[in-house]
Amino acid sequence: MSPPVRINDFVVKFANVNGSGSASANGLFAKAVLRMGVPVAARNIFPSNIQGLPTWYEVRVVEDGWRGRRGGVDLMVAMNPQTWEKDVAEVDAGGYLFYDSTKPLPPSRFRDDVTSLGIPLTGICNAEYTDARQRQLFKNIIYLGALSAFLDIDPAEIEKLFGEQYKGKEALLESNRKAFRMGRDYALAHFECPLPIRVKRSNRVGDRIFIDGNSAAALGSVYGGATVAAWYPITPSSSLAEAFMSYCRKFRTDPVTKQKRYAILQAEDELASIGMVIGAAWNGARAFTTTSGPGVSLMQEFLGLAYFAEIPVVLFDVQRGSPSTGMPTRTQQADLLSCAYASHGDTKHVLLLPEDPTESFAFAAQAFDLADRLQTPIFVMLDLDIGMQDWLCEPFAWDDSRRMDRGKIMTAADLDAGRDFGRYLDVEGDGIPYRTYPGTHPTKGSYFTRGTTKDRYARYTEEGVAYVDNMQRLLRKFDTAKALVPAPVIRKAAKPTRSGVIWFGSTGAAMAEALAALELDGIHVDQMRLRGFPFADAVHEFIAAHDRIFLVEQNRDAQMKALLVNECGVDPARLISVLHYDGTPITARFITREIAEKARLFNVTPLRRVAP
Amino acid sequence: MTYLAKPRIHHPSLPKNALGFTHRDYEGAISTLCAGCGHDSISSAIIQAFFELDVAPHRVAKLSGIGCSSKTPTYFLGHSHGFNSVHGRMPSVLTGAALANRDLIYLGVSGDGDSASIGIGQFAHVMRRGVNMVYIVENNGVYGLTKGQFSATADKGSKSKRGVINSDEPIDLAMLALTLGATFVARGFSGDKEQLIPLIKAAVMHRGAAFIDVVSPCVAFNNHAGSTKSYDYVREHNDAVNRLDFISSRDEITTSYAPGETRSVTLHDGGTVRLHKLNTDYDPSDRVGAMSFIESRRAAGEVVTGLLYLHPDSTDMHDALETVAAPLNALTDADLVPGNGALAAVNASLR
Repeated sequence: MSPPVRINDFVVKFANVNGSGSASANGLFAKAVLRMGVPVAARNIFPSNIQGLPTWYEVRVVEDGWRGRRGGVDLMVAMNPQTWEKDVAEVDAGGYLFYDSTKPLPPSRFRDDVTSLGIPLTGICNAEYTDARQRQLFKNIIYLGALSAFLDIDPAEIEKLFGEQYKGKEALLESNRKAFRMGRDYALAHFECPLPIRVKRSNRVGDRIFIDGNSAAALGSVYGGATVAAWYPITPSSSLAEAFMSYCRKFRTDPVTKQKRYAILQAEDELASIGMVIGAAWNGARAFTTTSGPGVSLMQEFLGLAYFAEIPVVLFDVQRGSPSTGMPTRTQQADLLSCAYASHGDTKHVLLLPEDPTESFAFAAQAFDLADRLQTPIFVMLDLDIGMQDWLCEPFAWDDSRRMDRGKIMTAADLDAGRDFGRYLDVEGDGIPYRTYPGTHPTKGSYFTRGTTKDRYARYTEEGVAYVDNMQRLLRKFDTAKALVPAPVIRKAAKPTRSGVIWFGSTGAAMAEALAALELDGIHVDQMRLRGFPFADAVHEFIAAHDRIFLVEQNRDAQMKALLVNECGVDPARLISVLHYDGTPITARFITREIAEKARLFNVTPLRRVAP
Repeated sequence: MTYLAKPRIHHPSLPKNALGFTHRDYEGAISTLCAGCGHDSISSAIIQAFFELDVAPHRVAKLSGIGCSSKTPTYFLGHSHGFNSVHGRMPSVLTGAALANRDLIYLGVSGDGDSASIGIGQFAHVMRRGVNMVYIVENNGVYGLTKGQFSATADKGSKSKRGVINSDEPIDLAMLALTLGATFVARGFSGDKEQLIPLIKAAVMHRGAAFIDVVSPCVAFNNHAGSTKSYDYVREHNDAVNRLDFISSRDEITTSYAPGETRSVTLHDGGTVRLHKLNTDYDPSDRVGAMSFIESRRAAGEVVTGLLYLHPDSTDMHDALETVAAPLNALTDADLVPGNGALAAVNASLR
């Protein structure tokens, strides 16, 4: 009996050796499925290594458009002998194992409940190519060809992608086509194609785009008017700075002079990065740095200065796993506290929490307005899953009538008109003072910026009264931020409930699927996705309106819970943590299971509607 | 320090510079440093230099780190924006400021603790990048604000006020700046304004990284027996002891000497620095020669001051980055935001 056909709902995992050129072929695979109108959720699982260590690429083909990992593998493309045992073991029963059969393997290396699809990839390559690098690279394209046959992917889509990739490089285009055909023809000749798991053309992709969050945030920074970037390489944030370079080269080069309307410096360390950003922002340029947890640790002293001296800096934290060096190529949401309360003394910072590349673009652009408006550091909290993975997401949008909001700037004309300038003077009651750019006026509006305490007119003082006055104003300013940061997204459950669930950031990828599954199980929860800190009034109200709330986070210590308890005065017992922190992106299966179990524990059942 | 506020009015006959500003327009708040501190002499030299250069005070941005020296920007150029940043990190803040607006003059003021110890990394990199600035280190070899610990420029074998012998080699920041590619390197002495003012003026006018190491005596924390810089030591080893009156009266020390001479100058702390005026045939465009000369004189116990190196055809960070002529902080939405049409094309390329 042949297994049931499963269309547009399966997981393919590529097990490769880092540096073998597989990324390009694997990317083509994902893109070809997308071009057939079928959504994918794709993830690189890679080591902190340049060459030689194992790396995986997982593509979930999913008609329903879920963006999280599903868990499990239906077809393993096992190209790495180092990880063979583990890779074979990971395949779901009834699944498929595609491998290089050039060198015969004993039956003991295979599984009875998994169909083996052996193609002598190395043999084909060695017969066709003499150059060692070509043998390696084209092996990837040959397996791509075989996969197109196994999974019924339209070869025309892949050939079209080749055409786009090798535009103007006819020789390369032709050789790729040839390799692709060799693999495809071999599979068609030797196996019954397609397999029961297969792709069928659909229309579920729409106008969505496929991009990583770091590129999106970089592009958002271009649109947000950033002109200065200072950074120090650190995984997983480096590609944000590099994407900014590339977008700037494209969009910010003066067409006539070829000069640059931007300045990007690779600093000597993270301390210098944030220092440069502070200097540039103090001097009236929109400036940002991008880093990850260890970098944020190094920047702590400067962040306190930026908070206290009220410098509008933007910091992208692409979070990775663990304290210390930890898991540099794994994802977590574990820098919330070190960012929200960065530096010594009493500090609080504004955090933006995008859920995907689309929001990374939008929040990046918004961060520069917020920084100027609030005159304080703005942290855009990405993570490795958002930053370094390609996501299928809504296209970027921009309103051409939008203008940069430079915030409260006092100009030479204002000063000449006799306006009272106190750098730390709260004129409008929102806690936000006015600033002057250096060089504004020959005799008015200059002041001394310092980390030491000062009065409303920026004069040095260590008087307790002046200190408290200033710190209270900073609190008022933080309060003003509540209404300016992106509002939480709230959705009611299908049925009335006293339970809620809160999540934020990349957890959203798995959350929609988990919520659908829970609903099928009869577990209804009202939903709130946090998008900013400080918490808007709606956050307080949502928590107050529910008896118990599941709080899903990707860290060990329930850091968002700590923030909510601390800032909203919530009874900790009402926030039930669902924590995932092994470095892999959280899955819908995990969330569903955890919430279902905990819901039973708390006896969460749909409430019967009470008659009025 | 004095507690008398400076009067706001001044005599109408005060000389004015080409911009119509008087010397008073370049002054700052009253210094809160110790009376007779060498740093105050440097502030005074900075004031004079900018006055003489006819620079509008508000077109200067003055930045500093932490320490006695880093407090001084409050005491000069009161109409300039100032930034007293964090310890050892002024170079990065200055670099960022310079990126944002290439039209201002950037004056970084730091000390030997700020630049040679905690900030030596940023010191090195700001020189490497060729940031267009004047970077002045007010070098007294000691931590004043924390009461007299050695700094990294203190001489090996010198003794602290608490009786500790310094066993570490000193860092010569001017030598370091030379090796790191600074295109203007000088050393001055706070007691010699005749030499210092022209050096500052030349540094301001220089394009690229200009560094001036200014030996600036600390009157409070090195005046004890057993120190190579103590008053007693100098009196026993040097005829400069005749300058005792300056120390007791807490006045500024000033020296004057003709080119080609070597002479000893008693510092406020009683130490002696032998100032060697550069030879008239010294070639300040020869970087390798300069380094060799400085090292050979140091071995002989002398400190070389003056203009040590000047790159004849220097460039700066903005040249290297190929940034537009307009300051980046003045660019508008039209200059910076690609717009919806460009975004639609980006979206299309991602499908």
